[in-house]
Amino acid sequence: MNNSVAKEKIVSLRKKRSLEDMRFKYYGFTAMCLSLAVLVFLLYTIFSKGYTAFQKTIVLLEVDYNQEVLKLTPDSSDEEMEKGKFFRVKKQAIENFFPDLSKSDIKLIKKLFSINVDNEIKDYFLENPEVINTKQQIWVTAHSDVDQLLKGNSRRDVPEDRRKLNDIQLSYVDQLVEENRVKQVFNNFFFTKADSRHPEIAGVAGSFMGSLFTLFTVFILSFPIAIGASVYLEEFAPKNRITELIEVNISNLAAVPSIVFGLLGLGVLLNVFGLPRSTPLVGGSVLALMTLPTIIIACRASLKAVPPSIKEGALAVGATKTQAVFHHVVPLALPGTLTGTIIGLAQALGETAPLIMIGMIAFIPNIPTGLTEPSAALPVQIYLWVESAERGFQEKSAAAIMVILIFLFMMNAIAVFLRNRFERKW
Amino acid sequence: MSNSKILANGVDVYYGSKQALFGISMDIKEKEVTALIGPSGCGKSTFLRCINRMNDLIEICKVSGSIKVDNEEIISEKTDVVSLRSKIGMVFQKPNPFPKSIFDNVAYGPTIHGLVDSKNELEEIVHSSLKKAGLFNEVKDRLNEPGTSLSGGQQQRLCIARAIAVNPEIILMDEPCSALDPIATAIIEELIDELRLNYTIVIVTHSMQQAARVSQKTSFFHLGELIETGDTKKIFTNPDNSKTQDYITGRFG
Repeated sequence: MNNSVAKEKIVSLRKKRSLEDMRFKYYGFTAMCLSLAVLVFLLYTIFSKGYTAFQKTIVLLEVDYNQEVLKLTPDSSDEEMEKGKFFRVKKQAIENFFPDLSKSDIKLIKKLFSINVDNEIKDYFLENPEVINTKQQIWVTAHSDVDQLLKGNSRRDVPEDRRKLNDIQLSYVDQLVEENRVKQVFNNFFFTKADSRHPEIAGVAGSFMGSLFTLFTVFILSFPIAIGASVYLEEFAPKNRITELIEVNISNLAAVPSIVFGLLGLGVLLNVFGLPRSTPLVGGSVLALMTLPTIIIACRASLKAVPPSIKEGALAVGATKTQAVFHHVVPLALPGTLTGTIIGLAQALGETAPLIMIGMIAFIPNIPTGLTEPSAALPVQIYLWVESAERGFQEKSAAAIMVILIFLFMMNAIAVFLRNRFERKW
Repeated sequence: MSNSKILANGVDVYYGSKQALFGISMDIKEKEVTALIGPSGCGKSTFLRCINRMNDLIEICKVSGSIKVDNEEIISEKTDVVSLRSKIGMVFQKPNPFPKSIFDNVAYGPTIHGLVDSKNELEEIVHSSLKKAGLFNEVKDRLNEPGTSLSGGQQQRLCIARAIAVNPEIILMDEPCSALDPIATAIIEELIDELRLNYTIVIVTHSMQQAARVSQKTSFFHLGELIETGDTKKIFTNPDNSKTQDYITGRFG
């Protein structure tokens, strides 16, 4: 081959190679853009569907705290006040909501109010007992059907029999809007109440606390066990068939479907040991079993990442193996260990299937206060709401997804922070 | 004639099925610097790591034969490795200070061995060890800074101070200058010369000039065998074995 031909060949090949380079760069860029677009679309959908759940509709109601209707006197004790006949006051207030209402209209108007209105009227009175025998203008929670109508989530141009509100109710709602007797405010119930059959008073507080207690159980159980197991396997265990088998099986366990752990919890924790069902204690134990392999793998990786020269240095000045490991290797591996644990906890937070198996799917209308009280968990709550027929629960489920996502982002942020703050470079 | 400090007799080392050392017998004298030289992979580091049982860390490594330190057998199940290592300090090829403060680096050994009762005593040991390692003047104002913030040569001297702090009798050095520049190397070599007065030193080195400069005795290893051992002067001027002659004149290795 003569010289100039060879040169030409090299040049053309080089062009081809750099073209290949460029192409690959664009492939990668496109892939990244696609995944970003999908993520943005997901977040947009969740947010646009869910942000209305952070608002509730309230209606101005004139309440007459007449002492005869209430069967109370201004001198009544607190206990007696608790037992006041507030439902009669409410009934009266609704009868006089618009002037000259017929009996059938009153029935229809009653359905515009939340079931919680009795409580709101009562709470207002208990906070201000001096209002007895006066008329008060109180903002009370509207029924979810009104709420959804005003938020534009339910349509009014469909035939009457396929609507939640009939024509008469619609005209009353319109009248309320016209008279400024209805408005939208921040929905505190969503953050302070547990689940409910009525969408307007259903909240995530119960399932949030349930998730928190569950995660606490997971952490308490899995962190010490994972540290112990990984330190032993990495630093002390003899390298033989048995430890090899254990290592392989830890990786296998990490891949076991979570529902299998749920079945284990159902079969062993609930049926054999008789632990209380639907509780964070059992849910946390099951999730701890599920996350242990993940955390052990992360712990071992961070223990492995500590340079052996550090351990050798300690051993060479006469440290025992335990001293070398716990004075030098473990502290250096701790940031990675914590990060791995938090990732494991995040995984546990989003897990639904095993919790369903051990009964955390039950309808729990109050906020749990301990590990052994029945409670829901955030992902299960979302599942329950998505399943519900009422339109009002749709925005709730989207909003609950937002809550769980923010929870997850925060946990990951803590993990990143810990890693950056404490990770040593050498 | 000084006494022998370390007496090796027929030391064989296997890594799995591969034999790395073949019947090494050697007599290392007290308060002298003995240099182990030889081409890469000839087993000199392996032999060095037998003396303080560092090879225990390698699962597949099996050591047989006899090494006596002060007439006490150390290649035995019954040997107390922890007290052996407190008697035999070691400095590694790459400086490996703990990622802690300079003070804590040196204080670690005395603390775990319970050599000190009070903070003052500990401070004294740390300061004197740093002085013996020739580092004190450079770091006396920043003892609380991390040991890893020092330069390579300073880190290596910190590691020497760390080894000295537990009051050993023998110091093993595994190519202590291979990661250092010539100036830092010269400082360490000077230091080794001073330390010789109080400690028995065994040093593995790739630099024949270094062996010639710092050691009194030199042993030449080749392919896992001890070819020749003797006074450094004699080895470098008039070796008995032709392989030694070839190696020191640069014909191989």
